[in-house]
Amino acid sequence: MSRKLLLEHINVPGINTLEVYRQKGGYRAVEKALKTLTPEEIVEEVKKSGLRGRGGAGFPTGMKWSFLAKPEGVARYLVCNADESEPGTFKDRYLMTYIPHALIEGMIVSSFALGAKVSYIYVRGEMMPQIRILEKAIAEAKAAGWLGKNILGTGYDLELYVQPGGGAYICGEETALLESLEGKRGNPRIKPPFPAIAGLYGCPTVVNNVESIAAVVPIINDGGDEYAKIGIGRSTGTKLISASGNLVKPGVYEIELGLPVEEFIYSDEYCGGIANGKRLKATVAGGSSVPVLPANLTLKLANGEPRLMSYESLSEGGFATGTMMGSGGFIAFDEDQCIVRNTWNFSRFYHHESCGQCSPCREGTGWMEKVLHKIEHGHGTMSDVDLLWDIQRKIEGNTICPLGDAAAWPVASAIRHFRDEFEWHIKEPVKSQQQNYGIANYAVPIEKAVEVKSEN
Amino acid sequence: MLKVEEQTPVQFSSELLAKFDDVKSRYPEGKEKSALLPLLHLVQAEFLWVPTSAMDQVAEYLNIQPIEVYEVATFYTMYFLKPQGKYALEVCRTGPCCLVGAEKILDHLEAKLGIKEGEVTADGLFSFRGVECLAACGFGPVLQISPEYTFYENLTTDSVDKLIEDLKNK
Repeated sequence: MSRKLLLEHINVPGINTLEVYRQKGGYRAVEKALKTLTPEEIVEEVKKSGLRGRGGAGFPTGMKWSFLAKPEGVARYLVCNADESEPGTFKDRYLMTYIPHALIEGMIVSSFALGAKVSYIYVRGEMMPQIRILEKAIAEAKAAGWLGKNILGTGYDLELYVQPGGGAYICGEETALLESLEGKRGNPRIKPPFPAIAGLYGCPTVVNNVESIAAVVPIINDGGDEYAKIGIGRSTGTKLISASGNLVKPGVYEIELGLPVEEFIYSDEYCGGIANGKRLKATVAGGSSVPVLPANLTLKLANGEPRLMSYESLSEGGFATGTMMGSGGFIAFDEDQCIVRNTWNFSRFYHHESCGQCSPCREGTGWMEKVLHKIEHGHGTMSDVDLLWDIQRKIEGNTICPLGDAAAWPVASAIRHFRDEFEWHIKEPVKSQQQNYGIANYAVPIEKAVEVKSEN
Repeated sequence: MLKVEEQTPVQFSSELLAKFDDVKSRYPEGKEKSALLPLLHLVQAEFLWVPTSAMDQVAEYLNIQPIEVYEVATFYTMYFLKPQGKYALEVCRTGPCCLVGAEKILDHLEAKLGIKEGEVTADGLFSFRGVECLAACGFGPVLQISPEYTFYENLTTDSVDKLIEDLKNK
């Protein structure tokens, strides 16, 4: 069993209540931080831990904190990004549902470190049940003196509020989130200035993902150095992985970074293999935005070494043979799944979620959806594949925020690794409507399934 | 598409306005516009959709222009700009849920309720639509029902049938 830092007590009955959470050592980090550490020392511990942003970008959290401007007499804000909307990612929802105090404890310590007197947790609007859970937990914490005026008699005041979103993927982008929190449309801002200088209401602001903030708790309890011992290389600590798709046991798993991908998919401790005795065709390892990889490149690097669940190993080989850690949304496709259909589905998603601010994204995502719809439904021509490649290339890098890249990469990688499947749809317009692309057609054949004997 | 001329006059109760006041107090002075998204959720929970006259009253309450409310209400997908069924079913139709059968659930709802996506049943009880990722990918297919946004996971056509019967008898 690997070490669990965030989900250690997830199965303890009543862990969602303050009482049980306290019994299991909860809020120790707040006591330690507020009574024995200075804000600078906390930032230093987080830097030492090597914690990298768990929302997708993987930027070192301690470094992000150290960029925060501290002009005299100007309020500073910590905003938690709980707008979890990346297809394939549902770890934050899980954490907030079952162990809300872990987030609240992390928010108190982090707010203290950053000098924020008011902090917000921006939760996507669809998660109304989680909003109710958090509000209840905040009320509990406040009644017990962990929030409000003069916390633990240290003179530190903090108010914590939950803000619902309105159902827009783009608000997971930090500047769009701030716009939304200000009561506006979620249009990302041009950077610079970065939020660390001018964020919420024009004040210095840090925006961190739910999991990053929750990870501050074990970092403060055990020390940054201890945290950095877990994991591999620059991928320190543990990471929540949301596993979905055709798996025997989909769900949220906490892994030590550096776990081999093969073990994650097939071992009984984690996903338990591919559902219904089928074979793995492809994976999207870090949420819908990252490149899709065929089974062979998922399990092994181009040089044949095993691929690991770490920031570096997943991106090994660049986009030619690698992918990205992203938000840890691990989607598995079995042998019967259609890559063209899934790529069309993702393109529709990005078209739907584009805020419309930048032309390449607003127009390009719509075009990609239309062309993919055409191919998927048996009306494609060979030039459509090249057209798709051309569109995605013209979106990537040409937009204010990363949604454009996120829309382009799944299309580019699907064509890169599964071009034969696109061409088959075009050459076999009738057949492609009746059956999926057969496994025998793969350019890189995947291993035959081993016959599993029934135990009965 | 928002039709501003469409007027369904609504009255805000004092209970609703008290909730408004509570939300408004969360933001610094002069930044009350931040309350806009939460207020629209409160309006929708009360009336099951967001009529234009309600938006105008929200604008007045926050001391902002009506257009500032309209642009927000039309940008975010959660706000219903026309009346829905008492139970508005929203089924996730994004990639991971489709891998485990979300499209079948949508087809099934259409057949079962006898309405197309976006329509309301004659008895006014149900409407449904496909929505993008609801962040429950490991438990798909999933659907949520507003205004409580209760979640139903690992759906099958049978469990959807049962859910609809339960709601009818509620």
